[in-house]
Amino acid sequence: MSCIEQMKYTIHLQRTSFKDAREYIEKNSDEVYYVSPGYKIFKDYYIIGIPPIAVGAKGNAFIFPYTKPCYGSFVLSIDNEDSIKEIDRLRETKGKETSSLKKDKPSESSKVTTTSYKDLWKK
Amino acid sequence: MTGARVLLMMGCPEIPIQTSIALYLSHKLTNLGFDVTVAGTTAASKLLKVSDSDGYYVKKLVDLDKTIVDIIEKRMDFDICFAFMHNDAGMTYATTMSSISQARMYSIVFGRNAEALAETIEFDCVKIVSQDVHNPVRIKNKLDKVMEEIIK
Repeated sequence: MSCIEQMKYTIHLQRTSFKDAREYIEKNSDEVYYVSPGYKIFKDYYIIGIPPIAVGAKGNAFIFPYTKPCYGSFVLSIDNEDSIKEIDRLRETKGKETSSLKKDKPSESSKVTTTSYKDLWKK
Repeated sequence: MTGARVLLMMGCPEIPIQTSIALYLSHKLTNLGFDVTVAGTTAASKLLKVSDSDGYYVKKLVDLDKTIVDIIEKRMDFDICFAFMHNDAGMTYATTMSSISQARMYSIVFGRNAEALAETIEFDCVKIVSQDVHNPVRIKNKLDKVMEEIIK
């Protein structure tokens, strides 16, 4: 169990596909950054995901995807001192590297193949 | 390829054929001289452990999330990875593995939506696809051919 499950978090989306989780984060964050699979957050959670993995900031809340093998993907947010640190870290590193603020970066989600699987899976 | 490190990556065990194929593949590859590790979720690992309580077919059984962390932290890696998947989460885990590991990827896609799920795979891999849920024979036969190719 990662530390995420022991933290106070908000569930924005649950049991969905990773693609839907990414789109939710892109649409509902003030700032969006893209990280690689395995990007480490909150000391011991390594993000599972399909590149490009979107993570976001909304106020002081850090928004990110969380995937569980039996339950699908979730969008969670955490709003505390640690989330501010995570957002600052992204602003310092990713902001400089990729200009990945939402307004500057076109959505890369179009690269993801869209098939009927998502709908099948939801049934 | 003898001695090559092989990871069998099990996802949610909801579809019955995963456990039997993991046992079969582990035993077969071990007998062919590969160094096989099976990684699974808690539930998938328990199913495997009860089925193979003496560890006859599976010599190394590890936690999936811990294995991913170990690969990311460069404490271990594999030469070949067989990733089981029957849902979007399984595919997401396999995509992560393909990003963090040097292993050559083989995606075992099964279950009723196997064909559609296989189409969503974007990483470079060999796909072994079968829509079976309860009968493992068809996917076992496909894997036999894949193993023949690997040991050539």
